[in-house]
Amino acid sequence: MPPIKRTKFKLAPEQLLEMFYWLKLIRAFDERLSVLVKQGKVRSGVYTGIGQEAIIVGTCFGLRKEDFICPLHRDLGSFLMKGVEPRVMMSQMFAKETGLSKGRDSALHSGLNELGIFGNTSMLGANLPVAAGLGLTFKMEKTDNVVIAYFGEGASNVGDFHEALNFAGVQQLPIIFICENNQYAYSVPIEKSMAVDDVADRAHGYGFDGVAINGNDVLAVYQSTLGAIARARAGDGPTLIECKTYRWHGHSEHDKAFYRTDEELAMWKSRDPIPTFTTYLRTRHVLDDAKQQEVEAKVKATIDDAVDFAMNAADPVPDEATSDLYA
Amino acid sequence: MREATYLDAIREALAEEMRRDPKVFVLGEDVGVYGGAFGATQGLFEEFGEMRVVDMPISESAIVGVSIGAALRGYRPVAEMQFADFISCGFDQIVNQAATLRYRYGGRAAVPIVVRAPSGGNVGGGLYHSQNPEAWFVHRPGLKVVAPSTPWDAKGLLKAAIRDDNPVVYLEHKYLYRRAKGPVPEGDEMVEIGKAATRREGSDATLITYGAMVGPSLEAADRLSKEGVEVEVIDLRSLMPFDKAAILQSVEKTNRVVIVHEDVKTLGIGAELSAVIVEERFEALDAPVIRVTYPDTHVPFSQVLEAANLPDADKIAGALRKLVAY
Repeated sequence: MPPIKRTKFKLAPEQLLEMFYWLKLIRAFDERLSVLVKQGKVRSGVYTGIGQEAIIVGTCFGLRKEDFICPLHRDLGSFLMKGVEPRVMMSQMFAKETGLSKGRDSALHSGLNELGIFGNTSMLGANLPVAAGLGLTFKMEKTDNVVIAYFGEGASNVGDFHEALNFAGVQQLPIIFICENNQYAYSVPIEKSMAVDDVADRAHGYGFDGVAINGNDVLAVYQSTLGAIARARAGDGPTLIECKTYRWHGHSEHDKAFYRTDEELAMWKSRDPIPTFTTYLRTRHVLDDAKQQEVEAKVKATIDDAVDFAMNAADPVPDEATSDLYA
Repeated sequence: MREATYLDAIREALAEEMRRDPKVFVLGEDVGVYGGAFGATQGLFEEFGEMRVVDMPISESAIVGVSIGAALRGYRPVAEMQFADFISCGFDQIVNQAATLRYRYGGRAAVPIVVRAPSGGNVGGGLYHSQNPEAWFVHRPGLKVVAPSTPWDAKGLLKAAIRDDNPVVYLEHKYLYRRAKGPVPEGDEMVEIGKAATRREGSDATLITYGAMVGPSLEAADRLSKEGVEVEVIDLRSLMPFDKAAILQSVEKTNRVVIVHEDVKTLGIGAELSAVIVEERFEALDAPVIRVTYPDTHVPFSQVLEAANLPDADKIAGALRKLVAY
């Protein structure tokens, strides 16, 4: 089997531009949420993935509707890429009736089966056994759909991680485990939570391949994911891809992140995935000033519209606080 | 009608539901070739194969989590916890993942899973093979909890649980597996979740119980009958939702209540039932509600110690005498 890091791929200019749009939209969505929290317009539940967008775009790009994603708490962008309308996502953050959970819970604790999105709880890593269950059904049905399951390096220390990856290895399930290693589990740095350098190494204990890649390079993420997906669709089992990245903001918008240095943050900001990709696109003459302005205008209009819609949307009615408990 | 054991009734319900609906499958530790630690899945592996009778690693959290994932894709998994005691290892997936999912999905999804859990003591199992965890799950909105006491109900409630669209914790009492024998209907006879059964009619006191405590409760009621006291025995069968109407109706008739359960006393099911009765039928009561339960302690290994803790016909009869004399 060829190493997935060297999977051959070709993207047309319009596909590259689409990737660029998603990177910009997801960044702008999180940045706007950050402002809305500070303004007191969004109550809480904002865990931005600013700085980690290349992972979402590189893993979600080109997925089928039938493929399932099991995002972690910073992966709002994956909901958008899998087909949730920005208006609905923004309503979710505003706890409005028009949000995914109708105001029952914040952030990404909701999902939609018909779009192939699983919404996890606040228990990090608890999405991984569920991902294994989704993958098991694809195997039972002998379809070639896949599951993309996200977790942080922090969640790789949770028991559910072990139970899920072990079972996925035993059953050779069609799952791509994506580790977003952003260096911190809230305030605890990786060296205090793990005695190995790479989460990717853990895959070998479960009998499948694990690779560590540059998570700030959208094309590198896409390339490896493409290889892992091909492997899963062919019935050759799971892969773990560890994407090295960095969380620009604190754990939540309330966390000032005093536990890390300015130098460290500056270093990682210099590796911002968006300018890197922009340079590539410009060098390849896929992007010029006019096209970039067009994308940026579309992004701004989409976010403005989503915020406007969500702010004016109805609150849930009090009776709904106790409904939808049982089917 | 033909008779079968409680364990056979469970096995029969599983096999029939798996034949009826290809989306039903079982998973758990040793459920495959071995047929389950107690034999509840015997024959299923041979009939349905390894993709519908899935042997799992020792991973209770994954057993439940995998079930949830499959349920979201339209399957109806029946997960087996080898012992109810081990359910704590899968607790988060049950109470945080399964129980809340429909609510936080805005009513747009359901989690039709069954978690079968062999519970209860009186079998020399000691601390980790004897527990009664029902109160944990009754206390968590979004879950249903059932606890059959007869082979008939074991089959009918399991079928109902499998067809229910919600997560159901199905507590099967291991003391009853081979000891409880009785009529079991063939085919699709179901027992509705949420409906109690009156096992004995009476006008002098109401005894509310479930699971393996139904037996000694009926024995105590027989003894009291010889003393001229007629006790109505209600077998809850479903702990969440429980049959409030049946309870209150009986309380209005007898005006006296004793609650018997094998779980510990503090904040057990009896505490809730007692509170509901006092809140809603205070004026109907002629005596305080009495509870006969396990003391607030663990299940000891020694037969002498376990017997000292377990409610039995003597203890229940004593409580009934006290109740009617009040």
